[in-house]
Amino acid sequence: MEYTLLIVLLPLLSFLFLGLAGKGLKPRVAGYIGTIVLAIAAGLSYITAWHYFTTAKVDGVFEKWTPLNFRWLNFTEHLHIDLGILLDPIAVMMLVVITTVSLMVHLYSLGYMHGERGFQRYYAFLSLFSFSMLGLVVATNIFQMYIFWELVGVSSYLLIGFYYTKPEAVAASKKAFIVTRFADLGFLIGILLLSFYTGTFSFERLTSGDTSLFAGAEGLSFMGCSVMSWALALIFMGGAGKSAMFPLHVWLPDAMEGPTPVSALIHAATMVVAGVYLVARLFPVYYLEAPDVLVLIAIVGAVTSLYAAIVACVQTDIKRVLAFSTISQIGFMMVGLGVSGLEGHEGLGYMASMFHLFTHAMFKALLFLGAGAIIHAVHSNEMTRMGGLWKHLPITHLTFLVACLAIAGIPPFSGFFSKDEILAATFHFNPVLGAVMSFTAGLTAFYMFRLYYRIFWNKATHHDHAPHEAPGSMTVPLIFLAAVTLVAGFIPFGKFVTSDSADYIIHLDWVVATISVAIAVIAIGLATLFYRKESSIPDRLATTFRGLHAAASQRFYLDEVYLFITKKIIFNGISRPVAWFDHHVVDGTMNGFATLSQRLSGSIRGFQSGQLQQYVMVILLGALLITVLVVFI
Amino acid sequence: MNFLSLFVLVPVLMMGGLFLAKTLKQIRVVAATGASLLLALAVGLVFAYLGERAAGNTAEMLFTAKSLWYAPLHIYYSVGVDGISVAMLLLSAIIVFTGVFASWSMGFLEKEFFLWFCLLSTGVFGFFISIDLFTMFMYYEIALIPMYLLIGVWGSGRKEYAAMKLTLMLMAGSALLLLGILGIYFLSGESSMNLLELARAYIPAETQYWLFPLVFVGFGVLGALFPFHTWSPDGHASAPTAVSMLHAGVLMKLGGYGCFRVAIFLMPEAANELAWIFIILTGISVVYGAYSAIVQTDLKYINAYSSVSHCGLVLFAILMLNQTAMNGAILQMLSHGLMTALFFALIGMIYGRTHTRDIRELGGLMKVMPFLGVCYVIAGLASLGLPGLSGFVAEMKIFVGSFMHADTFHRVFTLVACTSIVITAVYILRVVGKILYGTVADEHHLTLSDANWYERTSTIVLILAIAGIGLAPLWLSDMIDGSLLPIIQNVKL
Repeated sequence: MEYTLLIVLLPLLSFLFLGLAGKGLKPRVAGYIGTIVLAIAAGLSYITAWHYFTTAKVDGVFEKWTPLNFRWLNFTEHLHIDLGILLDPIAVMMLVVITTVSLMVHLYSLGYMHGERGFQRYYAFLSLFSFSMLGLVVATNIFQMYIFWELVGVSSYLLIGFYYTKPEAVAASKKAFIVTRFADLGFLIGILLLSFYTGTFSFERLTSGDTSLFAGAEGLSFMGCSVMSWALALIFMGGAGKSAMFPLHVWLPDAMEGPTPVSALIHAATMVVAGVYLVARLFPVYYLEAPDVLVLIAIVGAVTSLYAAIVACVQTDIKRVLAFSTISQIGFMMVGLGVSGLEGHEGLGYMASMFHLFTHAMFKALLFLGAGAIIHAVHSNEMTRMGGLWKHLPITHLTFLVACLAIAGIPPFSGFFSKDEILAATFHFNPVLGAVMSFTAGLTAFYMFRLYYRIFWNKATHHDHAPHEAPGSMTVPLIFLAAVTLVAGFIPFGKFVTSDSADYIIHLDWVVATISVAIAVIAIGLATLFYRKESSIPDRLATTFRGLHAAASQRFYLDEVYLFITKKIIFNGISRPVAWFDHHVVDGTMNGFATLSQRLSGSIRGFQSGQLQQYVMVILLGALLITVLVVFI
Repeated sequence: MNFLSLFVLVPVLMMGGLFLAKTLKQIRVVAATGASLLLALAVGLVFAYLGERAAGNTAEMLFTAKSLWYAPLHIYYSVGVDGISVAMLLLSAIIVFTGVFASWSMGFLEKEFFLWFCLLSTGVFGFFISIDLFTMFMYYEIALIPMYLLIGVWGSGRKEYAAMKLTLMLMAGSALLLLGILGIYFLSGESSMNLLELARAYIPAETQYWLFPLVFVGFGVLGALFPFHTWSPDGHASAPTAVSMLHAGVLMKLGGYGCFRVAIFLMPEAANELAWIFIILTGISVVYGAYSAIVQTDLKYINAYSSVSHCGLVLFAILMLNQTAMNGAILQMLSHGLMTALFFALIGMIYGRTHTRDIRELGGLMKVMPFLGVCYVIAGLASLGLPGLSGFVAEMKIFVGSFMHADTFHRVFTLVACTSIVITAVYILRVVGKILYGTVADEHHLTLSDANWYERTSTIVLILAIAGIGLAPLWLSDMIDGSLLPIIQNVKL
C-alpha cells in the first residue's frame, strides 16, 4: 500500500514545479501538467479504494491500515508529531471524493480559466490545495490533521484572493483566513487539552475505545462541563469554522469571490466538509467521552441548516444561493453525526452523514460547475441577468436539473437516499429536531427550484450576443458528475462506511421517506408556481413579510457583527488604546527619564561655572560645615 | 588555535581587508568573501558538531579551548559550543551573509559602513562562542556600540533620537547585567568566570533572588521584554536595512540566549521561584506587541512590534523551565531571526524603490514586483505560523511545552499567548492585502523594477533556511534537545 504516498506526494511535486517553473511554461502546458498529475492521483485513489474495500475486512470489520508513519517532530518521549498515512473507510472514501472532484475541476478549469492572467499560478494553487486536503484526510494523528488543516486554509486564502487586484476578492480572502484562524485557535487549544490528559495525538489510540486513556481527565470539570467536553467542544469549534457553521459561517458566502471552479472544489465539495470529517474521525471519542458535545453539534448543525436555508431563499446572486445551500447541507451532515450512536443500528446517523458528504460533494460540485458555465455564458452572477437559458445551454440545463432534483431529495437521485437517512436518524433521536430538519429540506427544494426556474425559465433577458454552451472541457465534467449523481444513491454505502466499520443493512424508513418526498414535491410545486413564469407572487410575499425578507437578505446582519468585532472592538477598542498606551505611557516614561536627567544635569551644571571665587566660597562653606559637625557631634 | 576562534578572527580580518580596500568593488569583494567564509564555517561547524555527537562525545561543550587573560579575576578567554550555540552561530552566519547582500548598494560611506558592520559581527559571534562570563559580556558590549553609529549615520527618519534611545536603554540593561555578573562572580564562592564551573557551584538562594532579576532584566531589555521594549520600534524604524536585519535577527537573540544561558542556568532556584513575575511580563509582551502591530502604518513599526510579540514568546517559553518549551524557545529564536531578517530585507528593498514605508501610500505591488511580493507573502505566512515554515514548528513546541506545565497559572498564560496566532494573522494579512494586492496606489510605482541578483540572493537564502527548518525540524530539535539536558537538570534540583 506504499503507493498511497504518491497520491499525496504527486500534487505537492506538481505544486512545486508549477510554482517555481510555471512562469516559463505555456499556460496550456501548465494546465495539462496539473490535470495529468491529478488524473494519476485519482487513478491511484481508485486502486486504493478497490484494494482496501476488497481486502481490509477481517471478521466483518474493516481494519485500519497504516502504510506509512514517521516521526516529524518530538515534544516529549511519548508526545510527538508523526506524518503518515492512515487508511480506514472514511479516509479512503475521502480520497476518492477529493481526487474525483479535483480532477473534474482541473479539467473544467482548462476551459473556464482559459486566457486568464496567472493561469499557471492558478494550477499551482490547485495542486497545493489537493496536496493539503489529501494530507488532511489520511492523517494518522490529530496534529498532522492540524498541520494540513492550516495548509488547506492557506490554499483557500490564496485561491479566494486569486483575482488579487479586485478589492472584494482581497477582503474576502482575508476574512476567510481570519475567521477560520479564530476557529483554529479553538482547535489548537482543544488539541492541547486533549493531548495533555491523554498523552497522545494518535487517532488510532484515541479512537480505540480504551477509556483508560482518558482516566487523567476523570472528574475534572470547568464551568459545569467536564474537561473532555471542553476539549472536544473546542476541537469542534475548529471544525465549525472550516465547515462554516453558524455563527462562524460569515466567510463562506464572501469566499465566492474566488474563481467558480475553486468554489466548486474547495467551498462546496471538499474543504468545507473537513469539519464534518474531523468529527467523524474522532466520533468514538465524542460518543464515549462527551455525548453532551454531540448534542451541541446536532443543535449547531440544525440551527445552521435552517438559517442558511432561509437566507438562500432570498439571495439573488446564484453563487451566493449555492454557498448558503452548502452551509445548509453541511448542517445536515453535522446533525447526522450529532444524533448518531456508535454500535450497530444506532450508527445510522454516522453512516448517513458520511453518505451525504459523498453525494453532496458530487451534486454540489456539479451545481457550482454548472453555475460556472452559466456565468461563462452570460457574464454575470445575478439571477436578474438570466432567464430562459434552457435552449441556449442544453447540457448545462439538464445536468443542473439532475443536481437540483438530487439536492431536493427526489428519488432516485442520490441526494434522496442520503438525506432521507439523516432525517430518519434525526426523527429517531428527537421528533422536534426531525421536524425542523424536514422543514429545512422543504426549504431546500424550494430555493433550489427558485434558482433553477429563474436561470433557465422565467422571463428571458436580452443579451448582446446569444449565450452559448460551454466547450467540451467544461461539459464533460458536468456530464460525468451528473452520471455519478444519478447512480450514487444505489451504492450500498452501509457495506463500506459505518460507525463501527461493520456492515450496516440499510432499511428505507417508508414513513419518513414518503413524508420528505411529499414535502419536497410541494416545495417544488410552490417554486413552479412562483418562478416558472414571471409572477407577482414573490414580490407580494416580500412586501407582506417585509421585516423577515429584509433581515434574510441581509443574512440576519451577521456580517455587521463580524465588522463590529474586527473594526470596532479589535481595531478601535483594543489595538488603538494599546498603541496609545505604548506610545504615551511606556515610551513616555522612558522619555521622561531622559528629560529628567537632562533637567537634573542642567540644574547642577551651575556648580561647574569655572569661577574661582565661587569654588573657594564653596570650599570654605564646606570646611565650616565639617568643622561644625565635628565639634558639636 | 581553536577553530571556533575563526568566527571572531574572520570578521577582524575582514575589517583589515576593508581598511585596505580602495574601490567599491574591492569593498564588496572583501565583504562577500568574508561573509561566505563565515557561512561555510558555520555549516562546517554544524557537521563537525553532529559528527562528534554521533561519535559518542558527550561532553557538555565541544571544541573547548581556554587561555588565561587576567589572572587576578580568573578571567579566561575560553570558548566552546553546544547544540544551542551551534544553532545560534549558524543563524548569525546566515544573517550576516544575507545582510551583506542586502546592503550591496548603500550609496555612501560603504567602507565605514562595512567596517562597523564587521565589528558588530565580531561581537555577535564572540558572544555565542564564549563560555566565560566576562568574555561574553565584553563581546556583548562590542556588539552594542557599533549600533549607535550605524543607526546615527546611515539611518533614516529620526535617526539621532532613535540611536540615542536604543543605545542608552541597552546600556542601562548592560549596567544591570554587569552588576549581576559581578555578583555571581563574587558571591558564588567559586572564584571563576567559567559558566560550566559556576553552574556546578552553589549560589545561596537569597543571593540568587536578587541576582536573577538583574541578569534577566539586563538581557531581557535586549530581548524586548515588556516594558523595556520601546527602543525596538524606533530603533528598527530608523536603522538601515542590514542593521535592522542583524539587530532583530541576531542581536535580539543575544538577549534570549543570555537569559537562558546565564540567568536560568546559573540561578535555577531563583528561576523557579521568580519565573511567574516574568511570565506575566512576557505574556503581556506577546499579546501586547501583536495588538500594537495591528494599528501601525509604517512597515518597519509593524515588524518591530511583531518582533516584540515573537521575542516575548521566546522569553516566555524559556521561563516555562521544561525541555519542550525551552527547545521551542531556541527554535523560535532561529525562526524569528530568519523571518524578521527577511521582512526587514524586503521592507528595505520596497523602501529603496518607492521611498515610502507608509502602508497607506502603497498598494498593488504584487503586480509591479512579483518576486518581492511573493517573498513578502512567504515571510508573512512564516510569521503567522504556517506549517512547513519555521514559525509553526517553534510556536507549536512552545505551546505544547508550556501547556504541559503542571501549574494552572502557566497553562492559563499559555492560552493567553496562544491567542496571538489569531492577532498575528490579522496584522499580517492587513499589510499583505494593503501593500501587495489591490490596485497600484501610486502611478509612479508602475515603472519600478523587481529584485536584482543580489537582492534575490539575500531573500532566497533566507527563505530556504526558513523552509528548511519548517519542513525537516527533527535534526535541529534533536541537536538542541541534547544540549538542554544539563540546564534542565540544573533547574530540577
